[in-house]
Parts: sequence; structure tokens; C-alpha cells
Amino acid sequence: MASLTLTNIRKVFPNGTEVLKGIDIGIGDGQFLILVGGSGCGKSTVLNIIAGLETLTSGEVKIGDRVVNALPPKDRDIAMVFQSYALYPSMSVRENIAFGLSIRKVAKDEQEKIIGRVADMLQIGHLLDRKPRQLSGGQRQRVAMARALARQPSLFLFDEPLSNLDAKLRVEVRSEIKLMHHRLGATIVYVTHDQIEAMTLGDRIAVMKDGVVQQFGSPQEIYDGPANLFVAGFIGSPSMNFLKGKLVSSNGSGVSFEAVHQDRTVPLPLKSAPKSARDWVGREVILGLRPERISNEDAHSYDIVVDCHIDLIEPTGPDTHVFTKLNGAKVCGRVHPRAPCFEGKSMPLAFDLSQAVLFDPKTEARIA
Amino acid sequence: MHADAQRLTLGRVALYALLVLFALYYLTPLYVVLTTSLKPMDEVRAGNLIALPQTWTIEAWHRAWNGACIGVDCNGLRPYFWNSVRMVVPSVLISTFIGALNGYVLAHWRFRGSEILFTALLVGCFIPFQVVLLPMARLLGIFGLANTTAGLIFVHVVYGLAFTTLFFRNFYISVPEELIKAARVDGAGFFLIFRKVVLPLSGPIFVVCIIWQFTQIWNDFLFGVAFNGGQQAPITVALNNLVNTSTGVKEYNVDMAAAVIAALPTLFVYIVAGRYFVRGLTAGAVKG
Repeated sequence: MASLTLTNIRKVFPNGTEVLKGIDIGIGDGQFLILVGGSGCGKSTVLNIIAGLETLTSGEVKIGDRVVNALPPKDRDIAMVFQSYALYPSMSVRENIAFGLSIRKVAKDEQEKIIGRVADMLQIGHLLDRKPRQLSGGQRQRVAMARALARQPSLFLFDEPLSNLDAKLRVEVRSEIKLMHHRLGATIVYVTHDQIEAMTLGDRIAVMKDGVVQQFGSPQEIYDGPANLFVAGFIGSPSMNFLKGKLVSSNGSGVSFEAVHQDRTVPLPLKSAPKSARDWVGREVILGLRPERISNEDAHSYDIVVDCHIDLIEPTGPDTHVFTKLNGAKVCGRVHPRAPCFEGKSMPLAFDLSQAVLFDPKTEARIA
Repeated sequence: MHADAQRLTLGRVALYALLVLFALYYLTPLYVVLTTSLKPMDEVRAGNLIALPQTWTIEAWHRAWNGACIGVDCNGLRPYFWNSVRMVVPSVLISTFIGALNGYVLAHWRFRGSEILFTALLVGCFIPFQVVLLPMARLLGIFGLANTTAGLIFVHVVYGLAFTTLFFRNFYISVPEELIKAARVDGAGFFLIFRKVVLPLSGPIFVVCIIWQFTQIWNDFLFGVAFNGGQQAPITVALNNLVNTSTGVKEYNVDMAAAVIAALPTLFVYIVAGRYFVRGLTAGAVKG
């Protein structure tokens, strides 16, 4: 196992497109790093560069203490699991797992031992003599993981490994990957576009957009304190509510956000806002508030209750999403499924602003 | 839909009639060729083209194979048949194998300018044979390969590469790139990936390529007559010379037998491998 350090990684294609604009990420031995972002953000390119499957324009990739920039994939001591599983179609499961081992001249009886061990670990012992086409999606996934495990690499790379599975299986395999990580203490880099996978699996998450790491931190840090509007909107489902409005001063030293609901102006008191927020008094800001911070009155502690007109409700089972309008924007709240809410009627919604965040509408960076 | 297909409507009868008619168009010449080749000369002279032979004989086949005169030699087609085999087998194998390697590179190991190279190769498919005759003759002369089987093999390999590369490149494009990446991470190099991962998937396209190349090269007349006119001539050239060699009576039955002998190998290849042909042509289209 090993740490991984990326220093100022840049990648420019021959046609001049800059896909990575200086990536700096470092994780310790045994950590689980998630690269998450929309399509075309460069996350897969980063993974391919770590693997040595793509060249970098400038920067440094370090696995453990070794700079591996110039090394081919096979000398980097890595294993990779692909979205399409990439099992060799003409080989049986056993041969698939053994392929890399025999290239590295592992003795035959040693190979058998390793195959037995990983097959046990992933419960694919009964599939060893089948061809990939005779396996289901979930089984192929396991074989791909077994093939990666057989190498006992110092770094595991996962490229959207769950995207081709159906929803139920995805959740199962997700927790298996996490268990495997705990058991092996492996260092893992995992690329996904799914923010739930990112939150559930990662020790460290790097949220990427346009070839830039927007934020790098633990899942909770990123969830509670998004660095900018993009990260705030990307992480969390349903998405964070964004309200455009003015910051005003209240009670002397405090600040509030002017919310407008059906021609009524309601000041939302930001009691836990830091001092720096005062610099923005009288100016336009964007207030970010997660749906679970807008709920029915008896659900949690709150700062203010506002009677809101409910446009739409979406019961999900554990709670009900209610939609209303504040400052011209659609706003989602999560209320108890038994709370009395009806489409077209109004209901009192309790706002907890202790976790509210403020963004600069021009730069979209977080201000408080 | 299914029920309709079972019922014999008027339209369907007309359709079948038309298909039978077209089948006859194609089968009649074959019938005439075969029956004539099995008739003695008296019957051929009697002029009953469509009639079955009254006396069945394979004498004409014997003569076509062993004794018919081609120019001044009267040894039949046999030496030329083996000329063709000696030329076709290496030509097909070499051009197919290099095409596979080319296709593998163009699909999965792109380099600067590889697209341009591919386009240039594509253009190669459209260059008519006649255009290259003179320069090729000059080149073969310089190499000392004029009038040799090796020279003809060289010509066919060069000419076939455009097609075989195109076939393999388009087939390998459908081999997922992640497969190559996985093999690279596993530590396999360029040739090992080709041999262990890519080649085992290539069965259908090999069949397509071999049928195509075999037919093209076996049936080629122009290169054969231009570069290998004499003792080294392929069977197509020999057949032409046989039919045009007139010493007294024109032996139509021998001509017909010779024509069938010249066509048999391609027919054989189609019968053996034909059912893989269509499968291979469409295999690239659907992701496996």
C-alpha cells in the first residue's frame, strides 16, 4: 500500500484543449479518494494519468516515494477496474485472473493459490471455468475486482465501476467495495459521476469541473462547507436551494437575508454567519440552504417559521419533498411524511439557517 | 407478420416465381458449362446446347487438366493451377496478417498522422489496377522479381493491404479500448496484447478477409498476364491462353472443363467459409 501525490498535473491535447489545469491532490496510505464531477470534467483523464495510460503535459505523479511519470503502467504497481469490466472475452475467469500473474512470471502453484484466495474473497469460486459472456453484470464486476486484487498492488484504480449495474446491485456492490477497502487497508482512487457514491465511499473527495479541482476534502466538509456554487449544487440530493437576494443588517451586529415570498419580504436571520458577512450588507448575494434545513415546525430547531404556498409535493416515503417559491426560485424542503401539506395550500415551513452558506453572485465563490 | 409469411397469397406466388426465374438466369450458364464439359465432342458439334449428355465422359476434364495445349506446351492446366496455389496462399496469408497488424495499430495505437495514413490507405482501395502496371513492372525489374511468383506475391500483398487494413481497422474499432488498457495495466506489451487479447476475437474478420483476398487474387488476370506471362503464369492466364490456342478443332468441352477447374477453388472457399462471411461483415456493426 502507498500514498499518492499529484502535483500540478496539466494535460493539453495536441489540438490545444487544456483538459487538466493544474491538479494538486494528495492522499495518505490506505485512504479512499473519490474523483467526482460531470462528464468532461477531466476526472477519467486524471485516473488514466495515474495509471500511466495517458501522458501528462507537466506535473508529477508520485506513488509512495516513487515518481512514476516515466514508468509504463505495468511498473507502477497498480491495478485497475473498468466501467465495462474489460474482461478478456476469449479467456475463462481463471485465465483472466492469471493473465497478469503469468506476465509477471508468478509460479503456477503460486498463481493457483492467489486465484483461490481472491475467488474466495469475492465468492466467484464456482465461476472460474466460465467465459465472461456466460456471466451476469454483477458477476463480471466481481471478476474484474478479483483480477485487480490478485495483483496485490499498492494502489487500486476504479473507473466508474458501478455505472453499468442496475440500481439495486449498485448499492450492494458499493458496500462490498467499502468493506473490501476496510479489510485490505488499500489505497484507492475511484472515479464516479455519482455524488452518492462519492459521499458514501470516500475518505477524501475531489470535486472536479473543467479540469480544475473545485474542492478537496472529506465528504462532510464538502457537504457542509462547499467552496463554491458548483460544489454546493453538485453534492447532495435533492440539490441545495439557491436564493438570490440582498443581505441586510439586523439587531445591530447581526445580518439577515431578505427572502421574498408572494410579495411579502421576510428577513431570514443568519445568526451563525461569520463577521466577514457584514462586508456584504446591502449587496446582492446567493444564499444556499439544503432542503433538510427547511422542514415542518416540530422537526428540528429552527430560526424562523414562514407560511409558504406549496406548489408541489413529492412523497418519497421516509420524508416528503415540498416545493415553494422564494425570491423567484423554486425551493425544496423536506418535511415529515405525516406533516399536513397539500398542493396549492400554504403550510408553515421552519427554516434552520445555522448551516446556510453565502456565495458571491459574480465569482460564485463562497463568502460565508 | 408471422402468419402472413405462412399463407400462400397471389403476391407471394408471383414473388417466388420471380425468384426462381432469377435463379435460373444464374444457373443456366453453369448448367451449360457443366453438361458441355461432360459431353464428347460429337455431341457438342451436334449443337444441342441444353440437352443432357447422351454419353457421359470425363475425357474433357482429363484433357483440360493434363493434356490440353497452352501455347506450344500440351500439359494442360495442372502446372498453372499449382502456380496459382503457390502464389495465392502466401499472398493471402501475408496480406491478411499485415492487414491485421495495421488495423490493430490504426484502431488502438494511434500516433500523430495515423488518421492521414488511414485515409491514404483508403484511397488505395480506389486505385485501378491499370494505373500501377507500368510503375510496378519497373519496380519488379529493379528488384529482380520480374516474371517470378515472388514478384506476383509482392504485387498482390501491396495491392491487398489497403483492403485488409480497412477490414481489420473497422473491426478492431469495435473492440473496446478498455480491453487494451486493462491488458496494459496487466503488464502486456504491444505484441502480447495483439496475440492474446485481440487475435482470439478476430475469427470472423479473418474469414472475411481471407475469402475476399483469395477470390481477388485467384481471379486476378491483369497482374498475372502483365507480370507473369510465361511458365509462371497463374491459372487465369493459362485458361485464357488455352481457350485462345487453336490447333484445328475448337474443343468446347475442354474449354468448359478448364473454366470449371479454374473456378473450383473460389467456389470451395465460399462453400467452406461462406456462412461466416456475412456474419463477419456485420460483426463489427454490433458491439459484442
